[in-house]
Amino acid sequence: MMETQIPVVDYLVLGEHPHLVAHECRECGARFFDRRNACASCGKNSFHDVDVATDGEVTTFTIVYAAAPGIAVPFVAAVVDCDGTAVRGNIVGTEPDPEHVHTGMKVQLTTVPVGTDAAGTEAIGFAFRPWEDAR
Amino acid sequence: MSDDVWILGINMTKFGKHPDKDMVDLASEAALAALSDAGVTMKDIGVLAAGNMMVGGNVGQLIQKQIGQTGIPVFNVQNACATGATALRTAIMAIKAGECDMGLAVGVEKIAGAGLLGGGGKSKSDKSDTWTPKGRFGAVTSVDGRIGTTTMPGVFAQVGMEYDHKYGGATFDLFARISEKNHANSTLNPLAAYTKALSKEEIMADVMIAYPNTRPMCSANCDGAAAAVVVSGEKLKTLDPDQRRRAVKVSASILTSDPYEPGCQILPDVNTLTRLAATAAYEQSGVSPSDLDLVELHDCFATAELVHYDNLMLCDPGEAVAFFESGATTRDGRQPVNVSGGLESKGHPIAATGIANIWEVCQHLRDEAGPRQIEGAKVGLAHVIGLGSACGVHILEAAH
Repeated sequence: MMETQIPVVDYLVLGEHPHLVAHECRECGARFFDRRNACASCGKNSFHDVDVATDGEVTTFTIVYAAAPGIAVPFVAAVVDCDGTAVRGNIVGTEPDPEHVHTGMKVQLTTVPVGTDAAGTEAIGFAFRPWEDAR
Repeated sequence: MSDDVWILGINMTKFGKHPDKDMVDLASEAALAALSDAGVTMKDIGVLAAGNMMVGGNVGQLIQKQIGQTGIPVFNVQNACATGATALRTAIMAIKAGECDMGLAVGVEKIAGAGLLGGGGKSKSDKSDTWTPKGRFGAVTSVDGRIGTTTMPGVFAQVGMEYDHKYGGATFDLFARISEKNHANSTLNPLAAYTKALSKEEIMADVMIAYPNTRPMCSANCDGAAAAVVVSGEKLKTLDPDQRRRAVKVSASILTSDPYEPGCQILPDVNTLTRLAATAAYEQSGVSPSDLDLVELHDCFATAELVHYDNLMLCDPGEAVAFFESGATTRDGRQPVNVSGGLESKGHPIAATGIANIWEVCQHLRDEAGPRQIEGAKVGLAHVIGLGSACGVHILEAAH
């Protein structure tokens, strides 16, 4: 039996070109990743889904050494500006130290395995890796 | 009718470990001491506002049952790290609304030995043996650590690194020196949880929690309570000369939440709401940042202290690094910041913090701060921020 996959969050779209999808307010253009009742910026409640750019630039990061059980440390947590949309994600594919990670670095979305459940479904997460290594 | 409000009495317990005292013991200790400091009793109090973050519930009524059940309205408040400031603000509002002429605000926390805070949002599907999307992000498992971090040290580390990205110069070394300053200040504060000076080298070599914050650069989880009695200006005029002399004027009492900014639901924006609160506080009080003789600001992490120099407009926008480098924020500097030792050293019993910082400022304005007195202090500012977010700013002025 071929295993199936499930994205770790519903705003991650898997497939040949994995990417994130945001709910964009039709009125003001504010973007959100969670299920919305209305827009936090303008209060209107009409949204449409938009694809978020997969290339971005790190605007801030931290290297986390204390985390919940089951999370390997250290890891790099960051905020990435994906063509105007801020995205929270880990930085992978580089040493987790301040010599290898810096704000302003160019990164690209990538997928990471999270685990397989009892039914054989594999959860797939996302992260960012240095743009130079992408491809 | 005058609508000014004054601190008549105020107290904080020793911060640290209190294994022999429960939450109500600590809250009652601070409340009774604040009443005593004010020279009044529960019979004089017209409103009680009380807060506890980790347990919550009817903490106000629990306190009443130990120190005096008088039938007055009780407001139990919860606003993350701004809980204490919110309790105080509530009592002040009741006085300004003319509902009563005297109020009591209490904040208490028992978190000595608590570990990492924040990073919640664990999906219920963790208990299931098959991946099932749950919650507003359709997450099949807990995402903290898998999709960035929402733990407090990680969030505030990123707040500091974001400032560095925008303006430059905010290095690990600089953040460690901010922490060094606050730990040095705590050696003069007998109520601080930790009173040990630490060198920059010791701070940088300590256990890394979330780069660039090592353990001593993080606020210290501890037990503690603080309480304040507030009074209307009209009522104060009827009190004894000694009570009037020691009263401290609340020239501004401001509470804000975070307005929408792009990206604020990705990384909390602790800047905009602080800047809004500071702006409103300076306007309400007629005090300008350069008038402040001392500032107690919310250094929940060393990285946070830096950005709040800017947010509270102690320096020009983008100039926080230069402001710190000038030495302005040291005890003998132009504008001392966190002479109490700050949350990194004095400790951070969450709901008590927003009243304890006001207690610190009052000690100086009353000229009662002992060895750590900032000489001639007449005006001070106390700031707290609770993630979620809520920001409290109070500006206080000496009576004399």
